[in-house]
Amino acid sequence: MSSAMDDRSRFVLSADHPLFRVRPLALGAGAIGVAVSLAGALIDTTQFFQSYLFGFLFWFGIAMGSLALLMIYHVTGGAWGSVIRRSLESAVRTIPLLAVLFLPVVLGVHALYEWADTSRLAHDPLLQHKSTYLNVPFFIFRAALYFAVWTLLAIFLSRWSEAQENGEPRAIGWLENLSRGGLVAVVLTLTFAAIDWAMSLEPHWYSTLYGVLILGGCLLSAMAFMIQVTALLANNGPLSSVVQPMQFHDLGKLMFAFVMLWAYLSLSQLLIIWSGNLPEETPWYLKRMSGGWQYLGLLLILFHFALPFVILLSRDIKRNARLVASVALFILCVRVLEVYWLITPAFSPYQARVHWLDVTAWLGVGGVWLWAFTGGLRGRALVVWNDPSLPAAGGHA
Amino acid sequence: MTARVPLYGLMAEFADVNHLVSAIRKLRQMGYRRLDAFTPFPVEEVWEELGVHRNMVSFLVFCGGLAGCLFGIGLQYWTSAIDYPINVGGRPLFSIPAFVPITFECTVLFAALTAVLGMLALNGLPAPYHPVFNVPRFALASRDRFFLCVEATDPLFDREGTRRVLESLSPVSVAEVPD
Repeated sequence: MSSAMDDRSRFVLSADHPLFRVRPLALGAGAIGVAVSLAGALIDTTQFFQSYLFGFLFWFGIAMGSLALLMIYHVTGGAWGSVIRRSLESAVRTIPLLAVLFLPVVLGVHALYEWADTSRLAHDPLLQHKSTYLNVPFFIFRAALYFAVWTLLAIFLSRWSEAQENGEPRAIGWLENLSRGGLVAVVLTLTFAAIDWAMSLEPHWYSTLYGVLILGGCLLSAMAFMIQVTALLANNGPLSSVVQPMQFHDLGKLMFAFVMLWAYLSLSQLLIIWSGNLPEETPWYLKRMSGGWQYLGLLLILFHFALPFVILLSRDIKRNARLVASVALFILCVRVLEVYWLITPAFSPYQARVHWLDVTAWLGVGGVWLWAFTGGLRGRALVVWNDPSLPAAGGHA
Repeated sequence: MTARVPLYGLMAEFADVNHLVSAIRKLRQMGYRRLDAFTPFPVEEVWEELGVHRNMVSFLVFCGGLAGCLFGIGLQYWTSAIDYPINVGGRPLFSIPAFVPITFECTVLFAALTAVLGMLALNGLPAPYHPVFNVPRFALASRDRFFLCVEATDPLFDREGTRRVLESLSPVSVAEVPD
């Protein structure tokens, strides 16, 4: 028994691992980002809230994608999930922090959302018609509900995972059953959260596909992030004996699938709106297709779909940790642009713009989030002990 | 079992996939190249040890997909913009968004057909006769046994020597495969 414990401690990250050495850096960058953004809020409050929403939604996407992936893993199993499970759990445990980081959006609701602006509401019958759903108290109530569901899932996914580690044989079943219902709950809540927080920025416009489009983006962000983290852990740390090219191959295949899912959903939405050609639907694209935004859109077609698609076709690249991690990093960078392209044209239609607050707010949220994420990896064995899919970590093939 | 029977090769039977994998590794290290393995389910390590995972099929599929893509877009361009131009709601005759689904489907169709036909063309199936079936126990290859065949065309092949090597690799049995 004690020898098993000793073996397990081999998979605990040492305190001087590069991932921990960037922690103070992340916290520093986060603190500076937050401080500068708050200073910016004094100069231009509306701009601050707009930039903050973009920064928040990007990092939020990684955590939510991780929550979905973790539950998919509990339902399906597989070595791909066993090697990223601890990192997924660590990302999921940042959800309470994200609930706190959401507060500025609540404070800025009147500045951000047209439907919360009483002067606009008075002259807009359509917004009045939608106000049974789109009103500030209900918006806050729903956000609280979403975060309550996600936090509960995060708490039990963590608690039962620890129980499993401590030898509770029923924990696997608990996790599996929780994840079954949890996946349904997350798809529903995330769809509504996407409608509330992002789609309702342009309250006249609607797309039934929007929630899934956001979910697909979250899954891609999370997978790219996890590949990046796993490559770091495998290259330089305790996972090097466990993570084989086969696992990177699987993770790469999933990332490839999410790239295609994103492209499929994006095109479906465009195709339906383009075919219908209705005046209440097309403005969303028109706002994003002129004044410079069109170049960002083209960039997304090329770098969010075409290039990663062609590169990830290759088996050799997917099996090479360093190469697949580079592709993942590239995709993460393009994910930032995609979230920017979804959000910012709502504030600056027909006219592309970047404000320095976009950068600092993104950095502020990201620094704090990364600090919390890496903190979650401390002191835990990075593999699931006795996992049958990982023979190198005590499991039996 | 006389030396005059023409031989296709020698066949070793293993009860365990790990024995098969290490046997392939050993023989490849010794310089044997004309090896083939038979397993009841796909085993990735076996292809890797045999060095056969690289073949032309993936390249053919890529070309097939590319041809399907060009065919799909070309077909729609020719029919909608050249041969029978129709104005649909004032949209351009060559409207890429509308053409994407068909182009995608043609890409998938051509790629899938190339995969099946290319696989058949390259692996020689269907083959009505193959010497390995002359070994009666070979039927177990589709149940719970793992087989390794060293073909007689291998330059290192030696009826007695190769048999001794195979017998040292903890097989269940070693049999001669008559041609």
